[in-house]
Amino acid sequence: MLEIHDLTKRFGANAVLRGVNLTIAAGRVLALVGPNGAGKTTLIKSVVGLARPDGGEIRLGGIPVVGDAYRAGIGYMSQIARFPENLTAAELLAMLVDLRGAAASDLDEELVERFALAPHLRKPLRALSGGTRQKVNAVLAFLFRPDLLILDEPTAGLDPVSSAILKDKVLAARGAGRAVLLTSHVMAEIEEMADDVALLVEGRVSFAGPVDTLLRSTGQPRLERAVAKLLIERVDDVQEAA
Amino acid sequence: MSARAATKVAAYQASNVLRSRWLLAYVGFFAVVTDALLRFDGDATRALLSLVNVVLFVVPLVALVFGTTYLYDAREFTEVLLAQPVGRPPLFAGLLLGLAVPLASGFAAGVALPFALHGMGDRASAATLATLVACGVALTLVFVSLAFLVATRSNDKVRGLGAAVGLWLAFGLLYDGAVLLAVALFSDYPVERPLLGAMLANPIDLARVLLLLRFDVAALLGYTGAVFARFFGGTGGAIVAAAALLGWIVVPVALGLRAFRRKDF
Repeated sequence: MLEIHDLTKRFGANAVLRGVNLTIAAGRVLALVGPNGAGKTTLIKSVVGLARPDGGEIRLGGIPVVGDAYRAGIGYMSQIARFPENLTAAELLAMLVDLRGAAASDLDEELVERFALAPHLRKPLRALSGGTRQKVNAVLAFLFRPDLLILDEPTAGLDPVSSAILKDKVLAARGAGRAVLLTSHVMAEIEEMADDVALLVEGRVSFAGPVDTLLRSTGQPRLERAVAKLLIERVDDVQEAA
Repeated sequence: MSARAATKVAAYQASNVLRSRWLLAYVGFFAVVTDALLRFDGDATRALLSLVNVVLFVVPLVALVFGTTYLYDAREFTEVLLAQPVGRPPLFAGLLLGLAVPLASGFAAGVALPFALHGMGDRASAATLATLVACGVALTLVFVSLAFLVATRSNDKVRGLGAAVGLWLAFGLLYDGAVLLAVALFSDYPVERPLLGAMLANPIDLARVLLLLRFDVAALLGYTGAVFARFFGGTGGAIVAAAALLGWIVVPVALGLRAFRRKDF
C-alpha cells in the first residue's frame, strides 16, 4: 500500500531522515517507534505532504505521490487537535466534507456515535475539552474511509474507554484491508494493535518486521523490553560508527 | 477546482472570524469613534478629517497583529487542511481571504453605519467617505498580506509578532521621520519628485496623500501640496497611486504564497 524508498530530509544542518526505507502492506498495522527526535513525525509529515522531502520516493498503491490528489486516500490524525475555535464540530466536519466533495453516504461516522459526540457537535470547538477535540480529530481521520490511516499518537489525551473504542476502530480498519501507520509511546498499545514494528533511530530504519520476529530475535517476552534492548544496541552502534 | 477550494476555506474561516469577539470590538471601536466625531464636530467633513488619522493609525496595526496571531493560532488546523487533497495555493488564498474579508467589511461597516444614521451632508463628503473606506479596505489587504508573509516565514510566534509590530512602526512612524529628515537636509534642492516616489513606497503615506487631497488642506502643504495635487489629481497620477497600492497587496501575497508553498509544517 505504502512504499517509502530512500527518503531524506534535512532541516538546515540537521539531517533528520537519512535514507528511510519502509513498506506497509494493505490490511496491516505498522507501528513506528524510536527515541524522541528520531524523525518519526518528520517521516509522517513527509507522507502526508506537510514536509517536503529532499530526496527519495513515496509510493501509494504503487503510484509515486505527486501533486495533491493522492491525499484523498489518506486519513491523518495529528498529535495536537486545535481547530477554528468559533466554529462548531458539526461545521468543521461539514467544511472538510465540502472541501473533499464527498457524498454523505460515503462517510464513516461510526466514531461520532461510539464516542457519543452528538451532544457536542453543536458547541463551538473552543468549548470542548482537549479529549473531546481529540475524539473529533479521530472522527476526521476515519471519516472518508481512507486506504491509508496515519495516526500520530492517537490515544494521547483519550480516556481508557475512548482509547479502547479507537483501538477497536483501528483493528476494524485493518480487517477491512486498510493500511495503518501509527506512532505511540505506549508499547502495550502497540502490542495490542500492530502487526509490524519499525524502529527509527537517527533518521534510519534500524529494524522493520513483524512484532513476533522482534520478540523472538531479542529473546524478550514483551515489546517494551525488546524495543529497549534493540534501541540500546542500535544507539551504541550509531555512536561507535560515529 | 482550486478556486472552489479557496472559496470554501475562505467561507468557513470567515464565519469563524465573524464570530470572534475581537472583530466585534474592532467594528464597535470604529462605530463609537465615528459616532463621537460626528457628534462633536457636528459636520461630516471635519469628522472625516479627524477620522483619517485614526484609520491610518489603527487599521495597519490591527491588520498586522490580528493577521499574524490568526495564522499562528491556525497552525494546527492549517496542517489538517494541508492533509486534505487540496493544493497549497488555494489553502493560502482561503486563509488570507477568510481573515481579510471580515476585517475589511468590519472596518467599512463600523465607519459607514454612523454616517448612515447621522446623515451624510453633501455629495463631496459622501465621495470623501467612499475614498476613506476604500483606503481603509486597501490598507487592511496590504497589512494582512504582510502579516501572512511574516507569519509564514517565521515559525516563532513571538518573533513574528515582533516583526509585525516592527513593520507597523517602520511604515507608520520611522518612515515619515526619515523622509522629513531627508527633506530638511536637501531643502535647497527640488525634492518634490523624489518625495512623490517616497510617498508611493509607503502604503500608509500613499493612503494619507490620497485622503488629504480630498480635503481643502492640500494648500497647507505649500508647493509640495500643489505638486501632489497636480499629480494625484490627474488620471495618470490616480492610476499610479492605485497601481502602487495594488502592488503593495500583490507583492506580499506573492512572496507569502511562495514561502507557504515551500514551507515544512
